[in-house]
Amino acid sequence: MPEYKRPSSLKPMITSYCPGCMHALATRLVADVIGELDQVDNAINVVSVGCSALNLYTWSGDVIGAAHGRAPAVATGLKRCLPDRLVFTYQGDGDLAAIGLAEIMSAANRGENFTVIFANNQTYGMTGGQMAPTTLIGQKTTTTIYGRDPQTTGYPLQMCELISVLKAPVFVARYALNSPKGVADAKKGIKKAFELQMAGKGFTFVELLTNCPTNWGMAPLKTLEYMNTNTIPYFKPGIYKDEEGEVK
Amino acid sequence: MITINSLMCKGCGYCIQFCPKHILEMGKQRSQKGFFYPMNIDADKCTSCAVCALMCPEGAIEVTLAKGSN
Repeated sequence: MPEYKRPSSLKPMITSYCPGCMHALATRLVADVIGELDQVDNAINVVSVGCSALNLYTWSGDVIGAAHGRAPAVATGLKRCLPDRLVFTYQGDGDLAAIGLAEIMSAANRGENFTVIFANNQTYGMTGGQMAPTTLIGQKTTTTIYGRDPQTTGYPLQMCELISVLKAPVFVARYALNSPKGVADAKKGIKKAFELQMAGKGFTFVELLTNCPTNWGMAPLKTLEYMNTNTIPYFKPGIYKDEEGEVK
Repeated sequence: MITINSLMCKGCGYCIQFCPKHILEMGKQRSQKGFFYPMNIDADKCTSCAVCALMCPEGAIEVTLAKGSN
């Protein structure tokens, strides 16, 4: 029988996230894995800008705040200076797939030895629910009030597919957090990514499909169904790349 | 057996939705923060599977081993 305790990487306080927000769940998963790997004092959390940055209030370990979208660049410098530390960035889709697209693709292409945790909720949560690069076709946001139209705004950006075609990354995977199976798989994926980093294998990327009850305009339980019917058919969960590179 | 920390719970209901034994129910009292929070209505049926704790975004649920289990 399993036993569960709140991870020690999280302070004993309420998060700043809205009720049902899976950013909190994703943060807790990362904290769980870091606790299991006994890296609580060794991990460095590079936070970005957006709702994803709110996890720095509850994170009890080392945190460094990066400029908008530049978390992979900051993590590159950190990891090169402190190769023994477990470095990961925690970024949302507005940060990683929009303003930070150049940094993430460059860091992935260089095969930097750190982990990116990418929380994809298909909207800009903190600024009021505007369209993000990952917003689904037909999804209503405050800047696409009739639904996203690919004629004028293009198609949702699939980061796992983009990064998996590069040569350097060793582990690229996507998980959906709307079911216990998805959450359990995501935990395994994050653990594998951290283990590969600790073994010095190279760049690891874990995308987590999350929700935004406030800006989607739905109750938390409704968002789970919405993810099943809309998000998961487009952003297909799975392991996109899993090859252990040479030890650097 | 589970312990729900009402100070951290925001009443999203994920634990109630995914409890395989259906023994969680939203309570009628509000927490200090003003949220309704779930209650365990039949603690004897709890198998300590920890699915509720796995799905809790806030880490508000802690699980201890069920009585008589290994």
